[in-house]
Formats: sequence, structure tokens, C-alpha cells
Amino acid sequence: MSVLNPSPTGLQPITTHQSHEGPGNFITKYIFSTDHKIIAIQFLFTTLLMMIVGGALALAVRWQLAFPWESMPIVGPWLFAAEGGQISPEFYTMLFTMHATVMIFLVIIPILAGTFGNYLIPLMIGADDMAFPKLNMLSYWFMWPAIACFGMSFKYAGGPAAGWTSYPVLADLAQAAPGSGTAQTFWLLGVTFVGFSSMMGSINYMTTIINMRAPGMTFFRLPMTIWGLFITAILQAFALPVLTAGGFMQVADRLFGTCFFYPSGLVINNAAATVGGGQPLLWQHLFWFYSHPAVYIMLLPIMGMVSDMLSCMCRKPLFGYKPMVFSMSAIASLGFIVWGHHMFTSGMNPAVGMAFMVSTMMIALPSAIKTFNWTATIWGGKLEFNTVTLNCIAFLSMFIVGGLSGIFMAAVPVDVYFHDTYFIVAHFHYILFGATLFGVFAGIQFWFPKMFGRMMNEKLGKTHFVLTFIGANGTFFPMHFLGMQGMPRRYADPYLHGYLEHLLPMNQFMTLSAILMGAAQILLFINIFYSMFFGPKAGRNPWNATTLEWAAPSPPPHGNFDFVPMVYHGPNEYAVVNGDKDFLMQTEQECQPPRNITTSDTSV
Amino acid sequence: MGKGWCLFFLFWPVAAVVSCAAAPFIGWSFPYDNAQAASNLGIRIDHLFYLILAITAAVFIGTQAVLVYALWRSANNRDERAQHTHGNHKLELIWSIIPGAILLFLALYQMNLWADFRFKNHYPEAAVKDPLAEVTARQFEWRFRYPAIGKQLQPKPQPDDLYTVNELHVPFGKPVLIQLRSDDVQHSFFLPALRIKQDALPGLQIPVWFEANKPGVYDLVCAELCGWGHYKMKAHVIVEPEEEYQAYLKNLTQQQSYDGLGQIAANENGSESEAAEK
Ligand code: HEM
Ligand SMILES: [Cu+2]
Ligand SMILES: [Cu+2]
Repeated sequence: MSVLNPSPTGLQPITTHQSHEGPGNFITKYIFSTDHKIIAIQFLFTTLLMMIVGGALALAVRWQLAFPWESMPIVGPWLFAAEGGQISPEFYTMLFTMHATVMIFLVIIPILAGTFGNYLIPLMIGADDMAFPKLNMLSYWFMWPAIACFGMSFKYAGGPAAGWTSYPVLADLAQAAPGSGTAQTFWLLGVTFVGFSSMMGSINYMTTIINMRAPGMTFFRLPMTIWGLFITAILQAFALPVLTAGGFMQVADRLFGTCFFYPSGLVINNAAATVGGGQPLLWQHLFWFYSHPAVYIMLLPIMGMVSDMLSCMCRKPLFGYKPMVFSMSAIASLGFIVWGHHMFTSGMNPAVGMAFMVSTMMIALPSAIKTFNWTATIWGGKLEFNTVTLNCIAFLSMFIVGGLSGIFMAAVPVDVYFHDTYFIVAHFHYILFGATLFGVFAGIQFWFPKMFGRMMNEKLGKTHFVLTFIGANGTFFPMHFLGMQGMPRRYADPYLHGYLEHLLPMNQFMTLSAILMGAAQILLFINIFYSMFFGPKAGRNPWNATTLEWAAPSPPPHGNFDFVPMVYHGPNEYAVVNGDKDFLMQTEQECQPPRNITTSDTSV
Repeated sequence: MGKGWCLFFLFWPVAAVVSCAAAPFIGWSFPYDNAQAASNLGIRIDHLFYLILAITAAVFIGTQAVLVYALWRSANNRDERAQHTHGNHKLELIWSIIPGAILLFLALYQMNLWADFRFKNHYPEAAVKDPLAEVTARQFEWRFRYPAIGKQLQPKPQPDDLYTVNELHVPFGKPVLIQLRSDDVQHSFFLPALRIKQDALPGLQIPVWFEANKPGVYDLVCAELCGWGHYKMKAHVIVEPEEEYQAYLKNLTQQQSYDGLGQIAANENGSESEAAEK
């Protein structure tokens, strides 16, 4: 039995793989680095920092809903001295707008594509770096002008006031609200910068995955993580230009009076707008044509990563590799024809609404298939309940809730009631927080040893998980009930309306849960920084996993592999008889699968 | 060891199911009397909601139960190795076709309801011929324009139109139609009790019909972010019997034709009130 071990013994040392110069001084090594691993780590720390900002904004929103018009402890008197410490309704609008903006554009999207995409793509396909290392570096550095623009918009110009969806006319005409002025222009510029950043990333990922796969790495031997990132990159490449174009049109409306998005004859703030001829619905179509696929951009990579992690933690091959790939592709392609489900009450033609309803129902199907496949992967496995596993299960458990509440909203007549109420807020938090962020926590814990050569602390990780899970359900589950009772979102003071008066205690409970959840994140940060320096050293393959990145040293050197990786079979070969191990790395040539093998997968 | 975690993951779906089951009894479900919609269409919407709730509840309980059981088995696996399988065609077909059929059924099942709700050729004829009022949303109030008694609503304001702010009166037991528009930014006409919601788009006039079946005072709120005062677009819809509604209109006519001099002109119908105005 000849086994190609990941150890360099007997393999040619690589000399041809140094496609670009190795590290120079500190600046070129850690700041303006073109090494995908360093860039990934830069993205990681930037997004974690932004998570603190976005979380603080969320807590401020929650504070207002639990204790309306009361001064926030500590920061209140300092931030709103003029209003006597109160959060003004203008400021409240800015708070939820920026919370959503930061979480979506500066946390979730960049942590998935920027951190995990960058780190894992070259390593998992056996390449020495990205196809365009300099473009890769640029995509990171475009985050900073975006951050600066967002920062300007909320600090120096009153704060954008139109929500993260930036619906005209509110977002389009400066006189529409206190926050529709310069702040909104900065906000749009910020979105454009993150858009450029993602665009550069997605071109790079597509090129890398198509062209730089190691010998033997066919498409159907790609790990699911790579499939998730690959499909996401394609989605980005097709959807993002539309948003960027729309953004430019809105900027033109604001700065040059082009009126793409507002009609004639408006009277705003008692002043008549002098020009017009546009149509606010146009923006909604352009916006959601990007932002609906964007919710999958925020989910597909996690679906891939969780598939790989679960399979490893269960010591079982992924149940139905090909169906998983096909359902992902189905989600992505259907994702382009469901954007109208955000617009059932918008005044667009109701017949079109029916078509969007059917396509939305269809897209629930591949999501359901994936859920069943993950559950089947766990079935009959040999599970170890470590932090990675726990976060993956949380992903699965909460994804089910978010998926099921989606069916209510796909049903148009029911959506009419739930649209723009807290039911929606519950739904997308179950997906974005419940599914995506738990997946991110699992991913950090799983790939940390590869990134930093040390293991993260299990006790801290589990405590963080338990508190976050309790906090998340306590915060987001009651939102379904708020929605049922008809509480609209983006209300600074819902208790003004008779039928909502009694909701205060429920909102206070949710705020307490949110505070618990926010506090729990401190443990994550302690864990990361402590383990980076003091965690136990990790070998090449601490999880006994099978994919290529575990064959490289931890952390991998510049250029990644100290041998030429050759791929012989699919990504998740666990539970095989292979000497005294139960797994077969993709670089290992031979295995004797057990006699009782039941397979529908030809890639073995 | 794994048992504790299985219980942990079991606890939360159980809590979710229990709180949902308790919700209707502790006032956590649809608003107002007995959570019953105050319109016939609303009642149909509620039925669709409960149908979906039943299906999703079954799926939720089923999937979470299987998940926890799979965890339990997997955690207590004493074998040397996990089961080696790459999938099972038959199983995967089953769990694609069944949810597919359910989703398709739901999609088809709701089409009629949606058509009755929003398709112009399904609107009740009487209501379309004689719209009740024009509703104009603006920052941060609701304005209503009724035609004079005995007249029909015209697209352009008429001299004898009746105006109110933040209070809409509606006769009950018959379908009515309003013309929805906005003066400035986008708003949304949301009547939770009737399960009605429609965005008001600047530049468009959107007809919305509803039929209230229970007299009462219902909140009308704005559901689309329209600026800093979004939360305080507070109005009421007063659903009352036809006679009271007519009396209200008459009263309104008198108030608005009052010239400030002496006694209020007591007019029987619109044309006379027009004369009084001159
Ligand atoms: C500590 C965790 C979080 C809390 C307590 C929280 C809380 C809230 C609240 C209260 C709102 C409602 C604002 C409103 O509509 O009135 C909101 C909106 C939103 N949140 Fe979060 N959130 C959290 C995490 C996240 C994460 C991780 C994301 C990821 C993308 C996210 C995305 C959004 C989005 C997109 C909105 C919609 C904002 C809008 O109305 O335009 N949130 N959040
Ligand atoms: Cu969507
Ligand atoms: Cu509003």
C-alpha cells in the first residue's frame, strides 16, 4: 500500500511554487501583504472589530425599545447631551440603519468572502496563492474607505435616515428628512466601496478556483466549502453590478438632480420639489435584485463550511455530496428570480407578485433538501460534542426556524400582514444571526489551528456558545410574537399605538437577552487573543480531517505547501478502513472501503 | 457527556413549541378581539396562516426531533467507526418530492385569495364604481378626502370635498375602496385588524379595497419607514353602521361649510352646501 503522506518525505521539494516574492520587512509582511493568509487574517480582525460596533448599535436600538426615551447608561449623557441624554427619533433611525449596514456590509459579507474565502480557497484546492495577489490586497484595502464613508455618514452629517434599504424618496431627496442630506451620500459611497471590494474578491475567487486547482482536483472533488464560496462568487459577480449601477443613479439624483427615482409633483416638508419624472419602484427592483441574492451570499459559504465541519465531527462522509452541490446551484439560480418577494405590498403588479410567490416557494425546496442531508450526515455518525460541533448544530437548528418562517412570507396574502413587522426581523435574524454567525463561530474554532498554529480553548468556547445560544433565542424568538401582534419594525416608540401598548415587558425581556448575548461575545474575544499566544500547539491535522489544507503545515508558510499536493478522491472520506485511522486524506492514494458500502456517489 | 448536550438542544424547540401553543391564550397572537380579523378577507388570510402554521409546526417538531435523536444516536455510538455511506437515492427522492408537493400545493392554494385581494378585475364592482375616499399619506399624518354627500370621488379635489386628518370613518358590512397616494415619501397603509397593508407610492394612485365586518375603532399605522416621525403616524379607522356613517358625513359637511357667522348652515344635501359656500 503506497500512501502519499502529507509529510514531505519522499516527495519533491517545491521550488517552482514561489509565484511571488516571499515576505520582506514587517510592512510588506503584515500590512501590505499579498499573501492570501495574511489578508484573510486582516479581514478577520477588521470584521471582528466591526462586529463590536454593529453589536453596540444593536444594543442601543434594543435599549430604546425596552426603556423608551430614557437616557442610556454611561454613554447616554455623553452622546446626547443636547437632548438631555435621550435618544432622539432621528438618532434612533440612524442607529438601526447603521446597525444593519455594519452587520451586513462590514461583518457578514467580508468575514465570509474576505476571511474564509481568502484563507481557504487556495489551501483547499491546493494552490499556492490567489490568482491575483495584488488585487486581493486591494480588495482588503477598499474596506477602509468604505468604513471611513460609513463613519463620516453617521458621525459628521447627522446619520443616514433611510434604513439599509435606502428607499427613495426618503433616501433620494435631501429635504425629505434630517438624515437624508450629506449623510446619505456618504452612505451610498460607502456601499459602493464595499461593492468594489467584494467585486475584486469574487473575480479573484472564481479565477482561482477555475484555474489553480491541484492535479486531480476535479470539480466534483471540491470540498463543499469551496462549492459554497465559488457559487457565492458567481452570485456576487452577476448581482453586484446592478446595485452599483443603482447606487450611482441614486448618487446622481442627489448630486446632479437626475430624478431617476422620484416622480413629479411632490410636496416635501411643505416645499414643492421642482423636478421629477422618475419612479421609486425602480429602485426597489434594482436594490432587491442584488440584495436578495445577497442573503444567499451571506449563507451559502456557511452552508458549505458546515457541511465539511459536520462531516468531520461525525466521522462520516457527507450524505449526498452531489445533491448538496446541485441544491446549492439551484438556490443560487432561483435566487435571481425571487427578489420580488420583498415587494408584495409595494404596489407592483399583483400578477407579478404571484410569479414571485411561486419561485419563492420553489427555493424553499433545495433548502429543505440540504437540511435533511445534514441531519442524515449526523445520523449514524460518531459525534464528539466540541465547540465546533455545538455551533454547527446551532446553525442547523436555527436555520430550520428561519427557513420555516420564510414559508409564511412566501405566501403572499400572509406576507401582506407580516411585511415590515417584527416577524420579518425575526426571520432574517434567525438566518443571519442564528445560521450564519453560529457557522462563523464554528469556522473560527475549526480553522484557528491552521491560521495560528494553536488550538482554541474548549471551555471558553463552550461557555461562549451556551450563552450566545440562549441569548439569541431569547432575543429573536419573541420577535415572531411581536410580529403576530402587528408591531411594525423601525418604530422608535411602538407603545404610542393602543394595540401595541402592552408589548413593553416582552421587549424588555428581549433586551435583557440581547445584553446577555452581547456580553457573551467578550468570551469569544478573550478566547481568540488568549489562544493566539498561549493555546496548545496544533499539528498539521488536529481534527483528523481530510481536505488539503490539513496537509499543509500549521500555519502554512508563504506559498502554502511543502510538497506538490495530488488529489485522488472526494473530500469527505471518513469511516473508512485505512490502517489504524478512520479517514483518508485527499492526498492519500488508497483505501479499502468497508464491504457494506452503500453509495450513490461516483467520485469515490 | 453527549446526553447533556442533546437535552440542551431538545430544550429550546420544546420551549418554542410550548410558547407558540400558549400564544393565543395569553394574547400573543393576532391583535384585537379574540385575534379575529375584522374583515372577511382577513379571516381567509388567517385561515391560510393557520394552515401554514400547522404544516410548519409538524415539520418543525419532526425535524428538531429527528435532529436531537440523530445527535443522541451519534453521541452514544459505541462502534469503532461511524457508518460509511455517501447517500441514499431513494431517501433523497422521498424528501425532495414530499416537501416539493407540499410547497406546490401551498402555492396553488393561495392564488385565489391573492387574486381576490389585489387583482383589479376581482374587486367588488360597487366599491370600484363609488370609491369611499382618497387617502393621502404625508410626513407624518394621514389625510382623508371624501366626496360630498351624493357625489362621487373625483381624481382631482373638488370644492365641496370633505377633509379629515387621522380619522377615517367607514361603513361596515359592505366593501369599500380607497384611493391611496402619498404627497412626499413612501408610506404604507397598515390596518392590522383587517390584515390590510399597501404601500403608498409617491406618483401613483393605488386602489385598495376592504370590507369591515365588525364595528369598532381600529388603529391605522404606517409600515414603511418614512422619516424620523415614522412611529407616530397614528390614525384611527372607525367602522360603524351605515346610518351612523351617513350622520357623520352630514356633520362633517356642516362643520366644513360653517362660514364663521351665526348659525351653522343646515343643509340637506351637497348641492345646497355648495351654494352656502358661495
Ligand atoms: C447582538 C445581536 C443583534 C441584535 C440585538 C439585533 C437587533 C436588531 C434590532 C432590534 C433590529 C430592528 C430595528 C428595527 O427594524 O426597528 C435589527 C435590525 C436588523 N438587523 Fe440586527 N441585531 C443583531 C445582530 C444582527 C446581525 C448579526 C445581523 C447580520 C447581518 C443583523 C442584521 C440586521 C438587519 C439587516 C436589520 C434590519 C434593519 C432595518 O430595519 O433596516 N443583526 N437588529
Ligand atoms: Cu429575500
Ligand atoms: Cu412611516
